[in-house]
Amino acid sequence: MTTTGNVATTPPRGPAFEYLTTKKDEFVGWARKFSLFPYPFVTACCGMEFMSVSSTPYDTDRFGAALPRFTPRQSDLLMVVGTVSHKQAPVLKRVYEQMCEPKWVMAFGACATSGGFYQNYAAVAGIDKIIPVDIYIPGCPPRPEMVIDGIMKLQDRIAAERHPIINKDF
Amino acid sequence: MTSSLFEQVQQALAPAAGEPDVAHGVLVLNIESAAVAATAKALQEQFGFDMFLDVTAVDWPERAPRFDVVYHFYSTRDHVRVRVKTRVPESDPVVDTLVPLYGSARYMERECHEMYGIVFRGNDDLRPLLLYEGFVGHPLRKDYPKQREQPLVPYRK
Repeated sequence: MTTTGNVATTPPRGPAFEYLTTKKDEFVGWARKFSLFPYPFVTACCGMEFMSVSSTPYDTDRFGAALPRFTPRQSDLLMVVGTVSHKQAPVLKRVYEQMCEPKWVMAFGACATSGGFYQNYAAVAGIDKIIPVDIYIPGCPPRPEMVIDGIMKLQDRIAAERHPIINKDF
Repeated sequence: MTSSLFEQVQQALAPAAGEPDVAHGVLVLNIESAAVAATAKALQEQFGFDMFLDVTAVDWPERAPRFDVVYHFYSTRDHVRVRVKTRVPESDPVVDTLVPLYGSARYMERECHEMYGIVFRGNDDLRPLLLYEGFVGHPLRKDYPKQREQPLVPYRK
Protein backbone atom coordinates (compact mmCIF):
# COMPACT_ATOMS: atom_id res chain seq x y z
CA MET A 1 0.00 0.00 0.00
CA THR A 2 1.32 3.40 -0.91
CA THR A 3 1.08 6.43 1.29
CA THR A 4 -0.81 9.55 0.45
CA GLY A 5 2.42 11.51 0.32
CA ASN A 6 3.30 10.08 -3.10
CA VAL A 7 0.28 11.44 -4.84
CA ALA A 8 1.98 14.39 -6.44
CA THR A 9 4.79 12.45 -8.17
CA THR A 10 3.17 9.10 -9.08
CA PRO A 11 -0.24 8.25 -10.47
CA PRO A 12 -2.92 8.78 -7.88
CA ARG A 13 -2.90 5.99 -5.30
CA GLY A 14 -4.09 5.64 -1.81
CA PRO A 15 -6.76 3.97 0.26
CA ALA A 16 -9.53 6.19 -0.97
CA PHE A 17 -8.57 5.72 -4.61
CA GLU A 18 -8.15 1.98 -4.25
CA TYR A 19 -11.52 1.80 -2.54
CA LEU A 20 -13.09 3.56 -5.50
CA THR A 21 -11.28 1.39 -8.02
CA THR A 22 -12.31 -1.78 -6.25
CA LYS A 23 -15.90 -0.65 -6.04
CA LYS A 24 -15.85 0.22 -9.74
CA ASP A 25 -14.39 -3.19 -10.63
CA GLU A 26 -16.99 -4.94 -8.53
CA PHE A 27 -19.73 -2.95 -10.17
CA VAL A 28 -18.49 -3.63 -13.69
CA GLY A 29 -17.98 -7.31 -12.89
CA TRP A 30 -21.44 -7.59 -11.38
CA ALA A 31 -22.98 -5.93 -14.43
CA ARG A 32 -21.09 -8.08 -16.89
CA LYS A 33 -21.65 -11.39 -15.21
CA PHE A 34 -25.42 -11.05 -15.19
CA SER A 35 -25.73 -9.86 -18.76
CA LEU A 36 -24.04 -12.63 -20.73
CA PHE A 37 -25.42 -12.75 -24.23
CA PRO A 38 -24.49 -16.18 -25.57
CA TYR A 39 -23.97 -16.96 -29.21
CA PRO A 40 -24.72 -20.68 -29.65
CA PHE A 41 -22.40 -22.13 -32.30
CA VAL A 42 -24.28 -25.42 -32.41
CA THR A 43 -22.87 -28.08 -34.69
CA ALA A 44 -23.88 -31.45 -33.32
CA CYS A 45 -25.92 -33.50 -30.89
CA CYS A 46 -24.89 -31.42 -27.85
CA GLY A 47 -27.34 -28.89 -29.27
CA MET A 48 -30.14 -30.99 -27.78
CA GLU A 49 -28.56 -30.56 -24.39
CA PHE A 50 -28.14 -26.86 -25.03
CA MET A 51 -31.87 -26.58 -25.71
CA SER A 52 -32.60 -28.47 -22.55
CA VAL A 53 -30.38 -26.32 -20.37
CA SER A 54 -31.57 -23.07 -21.84
CA SER A 55 -35.29 -23.77 -21.62
CA THR A 56 -37.77 -24.21 -18.85
CA PRO A 57 -36.70 -26.82 -16.27
CA TYR A 58 -33.07 -25.71 -16.03
CA ASP A 59 -33.35 -22.23 -17.47
CA THR A 60 -30.07 -20.38 -17.81
CA ASP A 61 -32.13 -17.19 -17.69
CA ARG A 62 -31.83 -17.44 -13.92
CA PHE A 63 -28.12 -16.73 -14.36
CA GLY A 64 -28.55 -13.85 -16.74
CA ALA A 65 -27.30 -15.95 -19.64
CA ALA A 66 -30.48 -16.73 -21.48
CA LEU A 67 -30.91 -14.49 -24.44
CA PRO A 68 -29.13 -16.06 -27.41
CA ARG A 69 -28.01 -13.50 -29.93
CA PHE A 70 -27.95 -14.92 -33.40
CA THR A 71 -25.21 -12.65 -34.52
CA PRO A 72 -21.75 -12.80 -32.95
CA ARG A 73 -21.52 -9.00 -33.09
CA GLN A 74 -24.09 -8.64 -30.33
CA SER A 75 -22.88 -11.43 -28.10
CA ASP A 76 -20.14 -11.77 -25.54
CA LEU A 77 -20.17 -15.49 -24.76
CA LEU A 78 -19.40 -17.88 -27.61
CA MET A 79 -20.78 -21.31 -26.76
CA VAL A 80 -19.26 -23.88 -29.09
CA VAL A 81 -21.70 -26.77 -28.82
CA GLY A 82 -20.58 -29.89 -30.63
CA THR A 83 -17.91 -31.25 -32.92
CA VAL A 84 -16.03 -28.78 -35.10
CA SER A 85 -14.63 -30.21 -38.31
CA HIS A 86 -11.66 -28.89 -40.20
CA LYS A 87 -14.01 -27.61 -42.87
CA GLN A 88 -15.90 -25.57 -40.26
CA ALA A 89 -12.82 -24.24 -38.50
CA PRO A 90 -12.48 -21.08 -40.65
CA VAL A 91 -16.13 -20.27 -39.90
CA LEU A 92 -15.63 -20.63 -36.17
CA LYS A 93 -12.52 -18.50 -36.27
CA ARG A 94 -14.35 -15.81 -38.17
CA VAL A 95 -17.30 -15.85 -35.78
CA TYR A 96 -14.90 -15.42 -32.88
CA GLU A 97 -13.14 -12.54 -34.56
CA GLN A 98 -16.43 -10.75 -35.15
CA MET A 99 -17.28 -10.62 -31.45
CA CYS A 100 -16.52 -7.42 -29.58
CA GLU A 101 -14.42 -7.30 -26.44
CA PRO A 102 -14.97 -8.32 -23.73
CA LYS A 103 -15.68 -11.85 -24.93
CA TRP A 104 -15.53 -15.30 -23.47
CA VAL A 105 -15.60 -18.76 -25.02
CA MET A 106 -17.18 -21.90 -23.62
CA ALA A 107 -16.28 -25.33 -25.01
CA PHE A 108 -19.51 -27.27 -24.50
CA GLY A 109 -19.11 -31.04 -24.46
CA ALA A 110 -16.33 -33.52 -25.04
CA CYS A 111 -15.93 -32.84 -28.76
CA ALA A 112 -15.49 -29.08 -28.43
CA THR A 113 -13.18 -29.64 -25.47
CA SER A 114 -10.85 -32.23 -26.93
CA GLY A 115 -12.31 -33.73 -30.07
CA GLY A 116 -14.03 -36.36 -27.94
CA PHE A 117 -13.85 -39.80 -29.46
CA TYR A 118 -13.02 -38.44 -32.90
CA GLN A 119 -9.45 -38.82 -33.95
CA ASN A 120 -9.49 -38.75 -37.70
CA TYR A 121 -9.10 -36.67 -40.84
CA ALA A 122 -12.28 -34.69 -40.27
CA ALA A 123 -12.52 -33.45 -36.68
CA VAL A 124 -10.58 -30.72 -34.90
CA ALA A 125 -9.20 -32.17 -31.66
CA GLY A 126 -10.53 -29.40 -29.45
CA ILE A 127 -11.48 -25.85 -30.39
CA ASP A 128 -8.64 -24.45 -28.27
CA LYS A 129 -6.37 -25.30 -31.19
CA ILE A 130 -8.12 -22.50 -33.07
CA ILE A 131 -9.46 -19.97 -30.56
CA PRO A 132 -8.75 -19.33 -26.88
CA VAL A 133 -11.19 -21.02 -24.50
CA ASP A 134 -12.20 -19.75 -21.07
CA ILE A 135 -14.22 -22.63 -19.72
CA TYR A 136 -14.45 -26.30 -20.65
CA ILE A 137 -17.47 -28.45 -19.92
CA PRO A 138 -16.74 -32.16 -20.39
CA GLY A 139 -19.34 -34.84 -20.92
CA CYS A 140 -20.96 -36.54 -23.86
CA PRO A 141 -23.26 -34.72 -23.62
CA PRO A 142 -22.79 -32.76 -20.39
CA ARG A 143 -25.59 -32.80 -17.88
CA PRO A 144 -27.48 -29.50 -17.55
CA GLU A 145 -26.16 -29.20 -14.02
CA MET A 146 -22.62 -29.23 -15.37
CA VAL A 147 -23.42 -26.48 -17.83
CA ILE A 148 -24.96 -24.36 -15.10
CA ASP A 149 -21.92 -25.02 -12.94
CA GLY A 150 -19.72 -23.95 -15.82
CA ILE A 151 -21.69 -20.76 -16.32
CA MET A 152 -21.43 -19.97 -12.60
CA LYS A 153 -17.69 -20.56 -12.60
CA LEU A 154 -17.33 -18.31 -15.61
CA GLN A 155 -19.42 -15.67 -13.85
CA ASP A 156 -17.16 -15.86 -10.82
CA ARG A 157 -14.22 -15.26 -13.10
CA ILE A 158 -15.88 -12.36 -14.83
CA ALA A 159 -16.78 -10.79 -11.49
CA ALA A 160 -13.23 -11.16 -10.23
CA GLU A 161 -11.64 -9.48 -13.23
CA ARG A 162 -9.90 -6.20 -12.51
CA HIS A 163 -10.00 -3.25 -14.87
CA PRO A 164 -7.46 -0.76 -13.53
CA ILE A 165 -8.06 2.82 -14.55
CA ILE A 166 -4.36 3.45 -14.02
CA ASN A 167 -2.70 0.77 -16.13
CA LYS A 168 0.63 0.39 -17.87
CA ASP A 169 -0.56 2.35 -20.88
CA PHE A 170 -1.73 5.34 -18.86
CA MET B 1 -42.52 -63.93 -56.38
CA THR B 2 -39.37 -62.27 -55.16
CA SER B 3 -37.28 -65.34 -55.86
CA SER B 4 -38.58 -65.63 -59.42
CA LEU B 5 -37.75 -61.97 -60.02
CA PHE B 6 -34.28 -62.58 -58.65
CA GLU B 7 -33.85 -65.54 -60.99
CA GLN B 8 -34.94 -63.49 -63.98
CA VAL B 9 -32.54 -60.67 -63.08
CA GLN B 10 -29.73 -63.11 -62.50
CA GLN B 11 -30.34 -64.90 -65.79
CA ALA B 12 -30.51 -61.67 -67.72
CA LEU B 13 -27.56 -59.82 -66.20
CA ALA B 14 -25.09 -62.29 -64.74
CA PRO B 15 -25.81 -65.71 -66.22
CA ALA B 16 -22.31 -67.00 -65.54
CA ALA B 17 -22.91 -67.08 -61.78
CA GLY B 18 -25.71 -69.68 -62.01
CA GLU B 19 -28.00 -69.62 -58.98
CA PRO B 20 -29.01 -66.22 -57.60
CA ASP B 21 -26.76 -65.10 -54.77
CA VAL B 22 -29.06 -63.68 -52.10
CA ALA B 23 -27.50 -62.09 -49.02
CA HIS B 24 -29.86 -60.85 -46.27
CA GLY B 25 -32.71 -60.69 -48.74
CA VAL B 26 -30.73 -58.68 -51.28
CA LEU B 27 -29.80 -60.09 -54.66
CA VAL B 28 -26.07 -59.70 -55.27
CA LEU B 29 -24.78 -59.40 -58.82
CA ASN B 30 -21.04 -59.58 -59.44
CA ILE B 31 -20.22 -58.05 -62.78
CA GLU B 32 -17.33 -56.71 -64.79
CA SER B 33 -16.53 -53.03 -64.32
CA ALA B 34 -17.17 -52.34 -68.00
CA ALA B 35 -20.75 -53.62 -67.65
CA VAL B 36 -21.90 -51.28 -64.90
CA ALA B 37 -23.80 -48.81 -67.04
CA ALA B 38 -25.47 -51.50 -69.14
CA THR B 39 -26.47 -53.45 -66.02
CA ALA B 40 -27.96 -50.38 -64.37
CA LYS B 41 -29.84 -49.52 -67.54
CA ALA B 42 -31.30 -53.02 -67.75
CA LEU B 43 -32.25 -52.95 -64.06
CA GLN B 44 -34.01 -49.66 -64.52
CA GLU B 45 -35.76 -50.31 -67.80
CA GLN B 46 -36.54 -54.03 -67.74
CA PHE B 47 -36.94 -54.82 -64.06
CA GLY B 48 -38.27 -51.58 -62.57
CA PHE B 49 -35.45 -50.75 -60.21
CA ASP B 50 -36.30 -47.09 -60.27
CA MET B 51 -34.49 -45.84 -57.17
CA PHE B 52 -30.75 -45.49 -56.84
CA LEU B 53 -29.88 -45.95 -53.18
CA ASP B 54 -26.15 -45.76 -52.89
CA VAL B 55 -22.75 -46.14 -54.41
CA THR B 56 -19.75 -46.76 -52.26
CA ALA B 57 -16.48 -48.64 -52.39
CA VAL B 58 -14.65 -51.22 -50.33
CA ASP B 59 -10.90 -51.12 -49.98
CA TRP B 60 -9.05 -54.45 -49.91
CA PRO B 61 -5.39 -53.39 -49.62
CA GLU B 62 -4.04 -56.93 -50.01
CA ARG B 63 -6.17 -57.97 -52.97
CA ALA B 64 -5.20 -57.67 -56.63
CA PRO B 65 -8.04 -55.58 -58.00
CA ARG B 66 -7.97 -53.45 -54.91
CA PHE B 67 -11.44 -51.87 -54.82
CA ASP B 68 -14.99 -53.12 -54.87
CA VAL B 69 -17.45 -50.57 -56.13
CA VAL B 70 -20.86 -51.39 -54.69
CA TYR B 71 -24.21 -50.11 -55.94
CA HIS B 72 -27.64 -50.57 -54.42
CA PHE B 73 -30.88 -50.24 -56.32
CA TYR B 74 -34.44 -50.45 -55.09
CA SER B 75 -37.67 -51.21 -56.85
CA THR B 76 -40.62 -49.23 -55.55
CA ARG B 77 -42.91 -51.53 -57.53
CA ASP B 78 -41.71 -54.85 -56.16
CA HIS B 79 -40.15 -53.56 -52.92
CA VAL B 80 -36.90 -55.45 -53.38
CA ARG B 81 -33.28 -54.42 -53.45
CA VAL B 82 -30.40 -55.49 -55.62
CA ARG B 83 -26.72 -55.01 -54.98
CA VAL B 84 -24.28 -54.73 -57.86
CA LYS B 85 -20.60 -55.28 -57.16
CA THR B 86 -17.68 -54.78 -59.43
CA ARG B 87 -13.91 -54.73 -59.01
CA VAL B 88 -11.48 -52.06 -60.14
CA PRO B 89 -7.69 -51.99 -59.78
CA GLU B 90 -5.76 -49.30 -57.91
CA SER B 91 -3.88 -48.27 -61.05
CA ASP B 92 -7.04 -47.55 -63.01
CA PRO B 93 -10.03 -47.10 -60.65
CA VAL B 94 -12.52 -46.08 -63.30
CA VAL B 95 -16.17 -46.99 -63.82
CA ASP B 96 -18.86 -45.38 -65.92
CA THR B 97 -21.10 -42.80 -64.32
CA LEU B 98 -24.79 -43.50 -63.72
CA VAL B 99 -25.83 -39.85 -63.82
CA PRO B 100 -27.68 -40.18 -67.17
CA LEU B 101 -29.83 -42.91 -65.63
CA TYR B 102 -30.22 -41.65 -62.06
CA GLY B 103 -29.72 -37.96 -61.31
CA SER B 104 -29.17 -38.71 -57.64
CA ALA B 105 -25.96 -40.49 -58.56
CA ARG B 106 -24.22 -37.16 -59.01
CA TYR B 107 -23.67 -36.42 -55.30
CA MET B 108 -23.04 -40.03 -54.33
CA GLU B 109 -20.37 -40.39 -56.97
CA ARG B 110 -18.77 -37.18 -55.76
CA GLU B 111 -18.59 -38.56 -52.23
CA CYS B 112 -17.25 -41.91 -53.39
CA HIS B 113 -14.68 -40.11 -55.49
CA GLU B 114 -13.31 -38.00 -52.66
CA MET B 115 -13.35 -40.76 -50.07
CA TYR B 116 -11.91 -43.60 -52.17
CA GLY B 117 -10.53 -42.01 -55.32
CA ILE B 118 -12.83 -43.92 -57.64
CA VAL B 119 -13.18 -42.04 -60.93
CA PHE B 120 -16.63 -41.97 -62.51
CA ARG B 121 -16.16 -41.53 -66.20
CA GLY B 122 -18.70 -39.07 -67.56
CA ASN B 123 -19.52 -37.33 -64.26
CA ASP B 124 -18.33 -33.82 -65.00
CA ASP B 125 -18.56 -32.55 -61.42
CA LEU B 126 -16.27 -34.53 -59.12
CA ARG B 127 -15.33 -31.62 -56.85
CA PRO B 128 -14.99 -32.36 -53.12
CA LEU B 129 -18.36 -32.60 -51.43
CA LEU B 130 -17.76 -33.28 -47.75
CA LEU B 131 -14.06 -32.51 -47.87
CA TYR B 132 -12.53 -29.21 -48.90
CA GLU B 133 -10.41 -27.93 -51.76
CA GLY B 134 -6.78 -28.72 -51.16
CA PHE B 135 -7.33 -31.94 -49.24
CA VAL B 136 -4.66 -34.43 -50.26
CA GLY B 137 -5.44 -38.14 -50.42
CA HIS B 138 -8.53 -40.23 -49.90
CA PRO B 139 -9.37 -40.59 -46.21
CA LEU B 140 -11.41 -43.81 -46.31
CA ARG B 141 -8.67 -45.76 -48.03
CA LYS B 142 -7.04 -48.01 -45.51
CA ASP B 143 -3.57 -46.63 -46.14
CA TYR B 144 -4.63 -43.11 -45.11
CA PRO B 145 -2.98 -42.54 -41.70
CA LYS B 146 -5.58 -42.40 -38.97
CA GLN B 147 -4.12 -39.33 -37.28
CA ARG B 148 -3.21 -37.35 -40.34
CA GLU B 149 -4.95 -33.96 -40.20
CA GLN B 150 -5.00 -31.26 -42.84
CA PRO B 151 -6.16 -28.15 -40.95
CA LEU B 152 -7.42 -25.11 -42.80
CA VAL B 153 -6.77 -22.75 -39.88
CA PRO B 154 -3.25 -22.63 -38.42
CA TYR B 155 -3.20 -24.00 -34.91
CA ARG B 156 -2.56 -21.72 -31.97
CA LYS B 157 0.72 -22.18 -30.18
